[in-house]
Amino acid sequence: MSVRRLAPVQPASFAFSADNLAWVDKQIAKYPEGRQASAVIPMLWKAQEQEGWISEPCIRWIADRLGMPYIRVYEIVTFYTMFHMAPVGRTHVQVCGTTPCMLRGAGDLIDVCKKRMGPHAKQVTQDGQFSWEEVECLGACVNAPLVQIFSDTYEDLTVESFNALLDAFARGETPKPGPQIARVHSAPEGGATTLTEVES
Amino acid sequence: MTRIIVDGTEVDVPGEFSLLQACEAAGAEIPRFCYHERLSIAGNCRMCLVEVKGAPKPVASCAQQVRDQRPGPNGEPPVIVTNSPTIRKAREGVMEFLLLNHPLDCPICDQGGECDLQDQAMGYGIDEARTREFRRAVTDKNMGPLVNTIMTRCIHCTRCVRFVAEVAGVEEIGASGRGEDMEITTYLEKALTSELSANVIDLCPVGALTSKPYAFNARPWELRKTESIDAMDAVGSNIRIDARGAEVLRVLPRVNDDVNEEWISDKTRFAIDGLGRQRLDRPYIRRDGKLRPATWEEALSLVAEKLKSTAPARIAAIAGDLVSVEPVKALKDLLASFGVASLDCRQDGAKLGGPRPAYLFNTAIAGIDDADAILLVGTNPRREAPIVNARIRKTWLRHPLAIARIGAAADLTYPVTELGETLDVLAKLAAGEGAFFETLKNARRPMLILGQSALARPDGAAILAAAAKLAAATGMIGPEGAEGWCGFNVLHDAAGRVGALDVGFLPGEGGRDVAGILDGAAKGEIDLVWLLGADEIDTSGLGKAFVVYQGSHGDAGAHRADVILPGAAYTEEPGLFVNTEGRVQAANRAVFPPGEARENWRIVRAVSGLAGKPLPYDDLPALRAALVAAVPHFAALDVAPGSPGADGAIWSAVGKAGDIAAIGTPCKIADFYLTNPIARASKTMAECSRLYVAPAMAAAAE
Repeated sequence: MSVRRLAPVQPASFAFSADNLAWVDKQIAKYPEGRQASAVIPMLWKAQEQEGWISEPCIRWIADRLGMPYIRVYEIVTFYTMFHMAPVGRTHVQVCGTTPCMLRGAGDLIDVCKKRMGPHAKQVTQDGQFSWEEVECLGACVNAPLVQIFSDTYEDLTVESFNALLDAFARGETPKPGPQIARVHSAPEGGATTLTEVES
Repeated sequence: MTRIIVDGTEVDVPGEFSLLQACEAAGAEIPRFCYHERLSIAGNCRMCLVEVKGAPKPVASCAQQVRDQRPGPNGEPPVIVTNSPTIRKAREGVMEFLLLNHPLDCPICDQGGECDLQDQAMGYGIDEARTREFRRAVTDKNMGPLVNTIMTRCIHCTRCVRFVAEVAGVEEIGASGRGEDMEITTYLEKALTSELSANVIDLCPVGALTSKPYAFNARPWELRKTESIDAMDAVGSNIRIDARGAEVLRVLPRVNDDVNEEWISDKTRFAIDGLGRQRLDRPYIRRDGKLRPATWEEALSLVAEKLKSTAPARIAAIAGDLVSVEPVKALKDLLASFGVASLDCRQDGAKLGGPRPAYLFNTAIAGIDDADAILLVGTNPRREAPIVNARIRKTWLRHPLAIARIGAAADLTYPVTELGETLDVLAKLAAGEGAFFETLKNARRPMLILGQSALARPDGAAILAAAAKLAAATGMIGPEGAEGWCGFNVLHDAAGRVGALDVGFLPGEGGRDVAGILDGAAKGEIDLVWLLGADEIDTSGLGKAFVVYQGSHGDAGAHRADVILPGAAYTEEPGLFVNTEGRVQAANRAVFPPGEARENWRIVRAVSGLAGKPLPYDDLPALRAALVAAVPHFAALDVAPGSPGADGAIWSAVGKAGDIAAIGTPCKIADFYLTNPIARASKTMAECSRLYVAPAMAAAAE
């Protein structure tokens, strides 16, 4: 982790799209009167989904909408590392680097990222397509190593399959999420090894 | 009460006490950084660890209440240990973590010598760092012209964050980031916009937030500390004046729970650099249209000569906002001996006077804590008395409080129901119209706060009468005495006003008020005007009158003067000030007046001798004795008078019934930072005004 600051270049304004605005209004309505500020994290998530990152006008927009002081929203954005405070690539790759993934070869995946996207985390490629960062446990250790792209995880990666995955993203495809080997979710590789007598 | 055993001592404390308070009640000292009596509890510094018998590990004593402690197996009181080796080791561990990233720059730190971290490191610090890693460095943040930041020193106690959010009511400071990267900052490093912002300097337990104007000026042990009273507004904040040599270097608050708790406004704290500028340090006499230096003898005898040679009906005097009671009393006695009736202390023309409760903040500032409904009439307490405003906010935070306002809208840091911009609404409310009348009537402790902006209007007396009528109609005026309740309040903004009213520095039989004096001077009916520190009047209206200006600063009055008698400022002479509650407090001399300037009452006494009518007192005790003889309540210091009771003779004499014009009145104080000659001479206040007030005024003008 490092000190998180607002990006030096900021857009002039922020606005939710009509669909997102309707969604946001629905979220705010979930909370009782006087507790609207509870909707701040869902709103920030939605804004990040729409824009790719959280800009300064976005912080003010959300604070105004929820009746919160700007500094309170700023605190939240800087606290949670999941919120990007500067633009990231269209395909932002979050590589899990926590122990199980590390033991299963996350270091190799990070090397791939460094080679393809640049030596530093959150560095955006020239074409704006890719950026990467190492994150803490993504919660699918049984499928280690894995990466998260958008809200999907791509699991059981090797250097080859990870490269193929990134190539697919570069071509504009959306690869199938989940294990990238012959395996269903976290079921054993190559089929069941226990309870084989049970009819499925 | 709950019984608890602290280090073997049994004490009975209220159940809602924190363990820290219970330990203090038992005489055990608990080190702390984040805990502060007047702020919410954060529990994040962990310095106040104590051992609770039965708990598996040390607990933060600030964050646990006495009533939540488990008794012993046979119902014995809970046992707390504050001085065991375990606790010592735990605190040493906490201290080591705090010092991990704290720079060793005490020799160049302004907090040095009065730093909580420095002091407690003497007790719990180890002599050598065990880590060889790099220390964290944090970029300094901008917090405006008053608060200097050296953020590497910050230990993240969050006192400043809690203060601005809770007491000041402007949520502008926050903690960004997390863990080691946590930083205290304002949003986009904007300047703090509170009138109380500089209190974060006192709250900061380390040298992260220090005073910008005082930066690198002095060490605390070099300073001469004088306990005194502030004169920047009518709250009478208790202050400590720190001076070195002839210069006042800083002002700090003193704790007085009945007045300012432990806060002071930024003007109180930082207007003092005005004490060194624009000073009148020698007498002047106007010759050939220009003010030329003169000796005291020349100046005093000229004034005495004028006094003797002018008819009493053609003499007038106006007392200013910053003067203490003694010179006002002396000047009144002197002019009374000549038969002068045109005296006035109400520079703004407020229609005040009459029985004492009619011009006091009768509820007392501490009484606001008990109020459950407040009506503000023509007042903006945030500008007129920020401490009172903070007290209202505190009450609003603690329990349900209905607040409504008649008059100009402004952000007061708490929600206010607007009843109307025009003050005639008050008359309607007094007649029982409007929903808020019922609110006041049904309230157990209703209050009404009347501001000077309303009273200074031509129909001020009618407003005063209507307010008294409303107070009576809604049961604001309860039984007499300290136990009683009186919800009728006048909020003053001038430190000297209540004292001058108490002395009776008001037009006598056939005398003129301020407007009358100016009018008379313009028409040539007044030949001699004595301005005792009076700068807030329109001096261009003084016509051809011979003007004697007695005061400390070369401001409006001195520019118009024909004779200048240089007097002491509020830090330079002992004097009594009566605050808006009617509380008499004694200010003390911190430094001597500059150059040839003298104590104000002595100047008046000297003139009286030369004029052939010497005043019957030669020293301050004699003057104060004469004062007490004339006005007995000056004998009791630091006491608010309490409720005067529902005496009909008092309340029927308040104001004068009449029509209230259906017009609004802007706040009398357009610029909080420049309300008096001292503040106007201050560079710091000019900077604040430029930063905070000028943009708002420019926006309003568009």
